Order: sequence, then C-alpha cells, then structure tokens
Amino acid sequence: MTQPTDKKRTTRRRFLAGAAGLAAAGASSARADNAKNLPPNVADWTRQLGEGVGVRAYGNPSKYEKHVIRRTVPWLTATPESSVSFTPLHQLDGIITPNGLCFERHHGGIAEIDPNDYRLMLHGLVEKPLIFALDELKRLPRVNKIHFLECAANSGMEWRGAQLNGCQYTHGMVHCVQYTGVTLKVLLEQAGLKPNAKWIMAEGGDAAAMNRSIPLGKALDDCIVAYRMNGEMLRPEQGYPVRLVVPGWEGNVWVKWLRRLKVGDQPWFTREETSKYTDLLENGKARQFTFLMDAKSVITSPSPQAPVKQKGFNVISGLAWSGRGKIKRVDISLDGGRNWRAARIDGPVFDKACVRFYYELDWNGEELLLQSRAMDDTGYVQPGKDALRKIRGVNSIYHNNGIQTWALKADGEVENVEVG
Amino acid sequence: MSRLARLGLAVTLLFALAAPVRAQVKDDTPRNYGVGRVATPGQIAGWDIDVRPDGRGAPPGRGSVKDGEKVYLDKCAACHGEFGESAGRWPQLAQGKGTLASHDPVKTVGSYFPYLSSVFDYIRRSMPFGDAESLSNDELYAVTAYVLNLNDIVDDKFVLSKETWSRVKMPNQGGFFDDDREKTEKAFWNSNPCMKDCREPVKITGHAQAVDVTPDEKTQKRGVE
Ligand code: HEC
Repeated sequence: MTQPTDKKRTTRRRFLAGAAGLAAAGASSARADNAKNLPPNVADWTRQLGEGVGVRAYGNPSKYEKHVIRRTVPWLTATPESSVSFTPLHQLDGIITPNGLCFERHHGGIAEIDPNDYRLMLHGLVEKPLIFALDELKRLPRVNKIHFLECAANSGMEWRGAQLNGCQYTHGMVHCVQYTGVTLKVLLEQAGLKPNAKWIMAEGGDAAAMNRSIPLGKALDDCIVAYRMNGEMLRPEQGYPVRLVVPGWEGNVWVKWLRRLKVGDQPWFTREETSKYTDLLENGKARQFTFLMDAKSVITSPSPQAPVKQKGFNVISGLAWSGRGKIKRVDISLDGGRNWRAARIDGPVFDKACVRFYYELDWNGEELLLQSRAMDDTGYVQPGKDALRKIRGVNSIYHNNGIQTWALKADGEVENVEVG
Repeated sequence: MSRLARLGLAVTLLFALAAPVRAQVKDDTPRNYGVGRVATPGQIAGWDIDVRPDGRGAPPGRGSVKDGEKVYLDKCAACHGEFGESAGRWPQLAQGKGTLASHDPVKTVGSYFPYLSSVFDYIRRSMPFGDAESLSNDELYAVTAYVLNLNDIVDDKFVLSKETWSRVKMPNQGGFFDDDREKTEKAFWNSNPCMKDCREPVKITGHAQAVDVTPDEKTQKRGVE
C-alpha cells in the first residue's frame, strides 16, 4: 500500500456530503418517520404475521442495516485480490466483531478450500513429520480465546497527516473475535521438536502462499491453530478452514488457509518480513520483526461517519487494545489532549483483546477536539502522533498507534484532524 | 456385561454420587494423542518450497540473465514494466537506489530487499500473480537473475544457480535491525501520565476534508440482500 499522495485520486467527492445536519434536542432523527406506525396508530408488523422459522435458514441482519458493511478504498491497491476491506467500527459496539464484518486482507484472493481435502503439514526440525486432516485437528484438545487482530498497516495512511475521513478507514483494520482451536504447542508436541529448533515458518495454502517466521518461544506460548471464530467455522475470507492465531502480534503473521508449519533454527527473511512489514525510519534503516502491536485506542462514535445527531446527553464510545497484555485504563480528552479524564470500561477485559469504553457527557454544541488514550498493564501509554513521528518518522507505513483526534463541530459533524 | 464389569460400574456410580462435583482440569503435560499421520518424503517434497538466505531449500536448476529476459517480458512485464519500473499501479521492481532516507522512499528489489532468497522464495511461491507456482525451476532462476540484472546487481552474463547463489550481494542487506522499541521508545511507558494542563491550548493543523481522498459511498457494495 502506498501513500495516497502518490496515487491517482479516483474518488474525490466527500464521504459525508449531504449528511443531515444537527437536529434540535428532542426531535427525531434525520429520516422522516411514518406516522402510521407511531402511537396512537398500530403498525402493520403488530397486526400481521411475519415470516416463519426456517425461511432464514442462515440469518442475515435486518434489511434496515444494509449500510453496515465492510468498505474499501479503491485507489489504495492495484487489484482487489491483493487488497483490504475495512471493519465498520463506527457502526459496532461491545468487544466482539460479527464474523461478516471482520476486515479482510488477502494477497492472492480468497482461497475456497474443500475441508475434506484440507491438510496441514508439520515438518522440519521435528522427530516425526506429520500431516493432519481437519477432522484430526478437531479431535485434539481445544481452547477458546478472545483476541484482537490488527493489521500492522492499520492507520498507515495517517503517518503524514489526517487523510481519511472516517474511523472505518483510519482504524478499521482491526477485529476481535473468539477463536476455537488446538494450541500450536500441542501440535508441535505431536511431532516432537529437535533440540536446535528455534523458529517456525507458517505458510498459507492460497495463491499467495504467504509465509512468515515466528520465534519458537511465541509458538509455544499462546499461538492457536484455529478453525472456528465466534462459534462457527472460520469464514473463507478469514482462512477457512484453518488459520494461525498469534495473539497480540501483527495480523500478517496470523497466516490464513494454513497449509504448512516448518520448524527451523533461524528466521527465513521472507519477502513479507523484509520488503513488507518492516518499519522504515527517517535515517533509511528499517526495524525488522516488529511483531508486537502497541497499545492503541480510537473513539468509534462520534466519528466522521457517525456524527452527533442531538444536543444534550450523549455517549462517547470507543475501542482499545494492546498486544502486550490487558488494557488497564482509557482516558478521554475533549480539548485535544490538554486535559484528560478516565473513561468507563464496560464488558470483559481479556488479555490481548479489544475492550469497550464509554464517556458520557452533556453536549451543548460547543466545538470539541476528542481524543482517547489507552494504557495497558505493562504501563505502556498510547503516545501522541507527534511523539511517535519523532522516533518513527513518517515513512514507516506500519505500526501507527498514535492518538487520534476527531473535531466535533457545532452542527454535530465530525472531522479527522491533526492538532499541534 | 460380565459380573466384574457390573461391579466396576456399580463402584463408579457410587463414587460419582458420593464425590463432590469437580470439573476436569486441563492437563498440560505433553502427550502423544495418536492423531495425525506421518508425512512421507514424497508428500513433503511437493510443498517444501521455502528458501533461506543461505540458499537452503533452493531447487536444482539454473538460469541466465539472457533467458530471464524472455521469461520476464513474457510473464512479468505487463504488470511490473519492461524495466521493472511498474506498468501503472503494480509494484515497482527496480530503481529507487538512495531513496530510503528521503521523503519519498522507493522500495524495490535493488533498493530494499536484504537477501536474494527474499526475492527468489517470493517469486517461486506467488508469481506470476494469478498463475502461482507455474514457472519451471530454470525459468525461476532465469527470471530472478533478470530482476537482479534490472537492478544492476549482476551483469548481463550472469547465470544463477545454487552454485552461484552466494555471489549475489544485495545492496541493502545491512539496512535492517531487530525491533528495539522497548529501548528506544522507553519514554512511552509511564505509570502516571499527565491528566491536567498537559500542553498549551491546541490548534487544528490539518484537515482530512482538505485532502479529500475518502471514498464515496457510491464506490461501495451494498449489504446482504
Ligand atoms: C498480473 C500482474 C502481475 C504479474 C503478471 C506479475 N506480477 Fe509480480 N506482483 C504483482 C502484485 C499485485 C504484487 C504484490 C502482491 C502483494 O503484495 O500481495 C507483485 C509482487 C512482486 C514482487 C515483490 C515486490 C516487492 O516489492 O515486494 C516481485 C519480486 C514480483 N512481483 C516479481 C514478478 C515476476 C518475476 C513476475 C513474472 C514471472 C511477476 N511478478 C508477474 C503483480 C504481478
């Protein structure tokens, strides 16, 4: 992916053009109500029978929720088979991302693998090279873990300044689901590691055959060879039938359509961990193997795609996560980072998972510069963008976890801005 | 059921009734579950395509820059450009030397890749885009040699093979260092971050709406019907 300034801007029209202005307190939202459904009248859905069971054998969201979709940035990449679609964070709540809305990043399109012909090969520096069929993986002891997955390039377009006007685009390469699978440790024990084993190479079975090196310590610590997300089998675009789960580490190492694990004594320096997913600093040198995703947070609503509709009582809502452990606290600023107060975390707080935070306020139409700042249980505090740029420059593409600023305007509209 | 078995069942039932209900605990002691089959050398050979910087894993075969030019023009140039300069928006494979520390770094095989294997292994598994793993070993060596030649890393007469592997010196091999964030970004750990009057009143210095690259809703697919 490249900086937008290098690319032809194929779409120039403003995303929010025509968005409804602020409604007066107490008035209803922008779409006109239909009086025949409102009291004292009785709506049709109250009088008539609806569809019976089984009509929706696999249920979809309400037809009124069709705008809740993954979105793409067409100018970003040359082809949709190696591209990205973004999670609509501004339309979601809680900590779990619905399976159909988890962002996608493929390098050779979505492989459609017949589960019957799925095989995982495990070889290299092992006592006994093995092949597992899907049913065999499912017979091994199972674990359930909720983890976030963030692409290292999330917010990558924002290094040089505010670019994309929507938190779906600035932060939507993250999702958080529950995985079910067998630990990589148990799998490796089945093959038996040779004493000089130090690294694992994971490889996909798609047309990119994506391969990444992972240190053995991490592989034995908390990695999962997963086949389910949120209870059901993985979605094809998330690696059906099997993907690697590498908690807290950049999404690129969570190899999808996993077909091979090779044990070695040194890293492979594959294209994906050299040409890509290395962080170029100002001096022309690049950090390599920057696996870990630092603590990060974003206010998902209000945000440019989710303006404030009414004055008065409002809830600010957002997500925070850290690859180093648990989120301990999230602070909110209304004045661009000058003063901070602690937000309320609601819902479960898991290791290397998203947490949901809220901040409630009475808003009288004053202009605000909204920010959120995450802290994790190692004491890491999400840095400001300037502090980050001082060390990482603006050419890094990857690992932009700087504090996001949303400008809330008097009419309720919100814009992605930079502050100084 | 034999008498002994019946007795066993009775004893088990008795215990089940008498003992407090205790959940099975997760047993982490390594154990062979007898699941999975041995991978044969033949099976492994078909999938074992990775190549390391020292050349380990490289297949038999050889290819010259000259032969590589044919393969490249035939199977690569349409996307990557006749000279690796990129045809449109596809990745650029050549030039970019000396740009890494500039405001507009151009990362290519010549300017950025640290090892021959990083290119060779990638072409072997992913290219040509849309027709992966279709090149013969000789074509793979040849086209890689040609991409190196486009980057002035090897001369026109060069023939790439396992034997000549170690002669290829990538210009940016020393351009990388291991993650050092815990040292160089130590300042980001702070158990008591500032809460009040942390900075001067702030001003807006940049607007996303001024850049205007946010996609239009018309470019998006609709939700499920
Ligand atoms: C249809 C267009 C197309 C063709 C034909 C094609 N490529 Fe590519 N190439 C791509 C795309 C797209 C990528 C990036 C894919 C990704 O990152 O997911 C790429 C990436 C590469 C890279 C890595 C570049 C980098 O900076 O990391 C190399 C090397 C490469 N191609 C070589 C080749 C060779 C050699 C051939 C011919 C045998 C070839 N390509 C044919 C589209 C093409």
